[in-house]
Amino acid sequence: MYAASKALFVRELRVAGRIGGGAATGVLFFFTLVTLTPFAIGPDLPLLARIGPAVLWIAALLATLLGLDRLFQSDEEDGSLDLMLLADAPLEWIVLVKCLAHWTLSCLPLVAAAPLFGAMLGLAPGALAGVTISLLIGTPALTFLGAIGAALTATLRRGGLLSAVLILPLCVPVLIFGVASAQAFGGAPGGLATPLLVSIAFSLAAGVGAPLAASAALRHLRE
Amino acid sequence: MLKYANPTAFLELTAKLLPWLALASALVLAIGLTGAFLAPPDYQQGDTIRIMYLHVPAAWLSMFVYLVMTSAALGTLVWRHPLADVAQKAAAPLGAGFTLICLTTGSLWGRPEWGTYWVWDARLTSELVLFLIYLGLIALWRTIEEPGRAARAAAILTLVGVVNIPIIKYSVDWWNTLHQPASVFRLGGPTIAFSMLWPLLVSALGFTLLFLTLHLMAMRNEILRRRLRRMSLRIAAAEQPRARSPGFEIVR
Repeated sequence: MYAASKALFVRELRVAGRIGGGAATGVLFFFTLVTLTPFAIGPDLPLLARIGPAVLWIAALLATLLGLDRLFQSDEEDGSLDLMLLADAPLEWIVLVKCLAHWTLSCLPLVAAAPLFGAMLGLAPGALAGVTISLLIGTPALTFLGAIGAALTATLRRGGLLSAVLILPLCVPVLIFGVASAQAFGGAPGGLATPLLVSIAFSLAAGVGAPLAASAALRHLRE
Repeated sequence: MLKYANPTAFLELTAKLLPWLALASALVLAIGLTGAFLAPPDYQQGDTIRIMYLHVPAAWLSMFVYLVMTSAALGTLVWRHPLADVAQKAAAPLGAGFTLICLTTGSLWGRPEWGTYWVWDARLTSELVLFLIYLGLIALWRTIEEPGRAARAAAILTLVGVVNIPIIKYSVDWWNTLHQPASVFRLGGPTIAFSMLWPLLVSALGFTLLFLTLHLMAMRNEILRRRLRRMSLRIAAAEQPRARSPGFEIVR
């Protein structure tokens, strides 16, 4: 099972690399969203610094969810999903490995880029570290939740938008506690432990629950 | 339960039941609303308190309908009950409707009481997220064409939602206390006078009966719609017998 998981993980990375620009496009999208914010709000640096963590979180949320629409769709189209359903390893485990590979490819670059973009929005060093850490522990939950939407819409022609509409309301708690822990690092009142621990709990719980729901969706929709 | 799994038996039973249910909901709602107008005005809010007799039952139903959908979703996934997915599909627009009534009446009440149509209060915000979840479910039903598939997808999403709704509620409460420490005036005190309580309870019962009536009617429509769909598919297939078996053409 370890060998199979490793092979699957490497395959996911390789496929995404061959399609070209998967990770880079995600970061570019993230960057574009952050760039557009001052145009909408105005070049007022203190205001931008205040809403900076929220802007980065919204941008990360959109970049993560919009990048997920092909998670199962391409496997569905070329038949690899059938092989995964027939494999010895349980489908839940396969979904988990796919999610982790997707997170490594599309969310880790966002986390790495967050300090740079945050600095452009005028965030203080403490807030910069806060945003980066909160994204690092919060984005796995977004990827896992998004996988449910991707599995539900895997057989649809234009599932991307529908998947986002289905999953975004469920992301409200992750967003609330993610932004709160980013702000707590920046010195906001209310303490750091609660939002940080709850964010970690969301990522862990989503890592257990979402593969169950996503693989149930994949199985039922194939019937 | 299993006896009425047959859609025809269900149609027969509901045809007998529906007039009585409709009559009962009209009567109970009439009593409840009359009581709402006879009840004394609140000492602080005056006559705007009467919005409560619509608002609170709608809020209660917005959650009750989701529970109905959850049990229907279990029926679809676990027992493959043929009526469960019909019940699930028929309930979603009704739930969205009651949630919208709750949000609208709350907003109308907020204008004179809070001085604004909308505040990002914890209860309002979680109700709004619930509304978005309902709309997402309806969108999913409309996007997947084949009813069986759509039912299973919607059932899984409903169950994911039922796990998430308490988490969303808790998170929004926490977020709200963090951002705006309890400044908003709340409905009612620790107790509510009996003269106000009985119309509220009767009105809630009336809304529930109304939901049952509308739900059974929507289920009947959905069954008939599916029959029409099957019939038109059969007619379309009968019109083009050759297109169905190209293999035989080559052999001949």
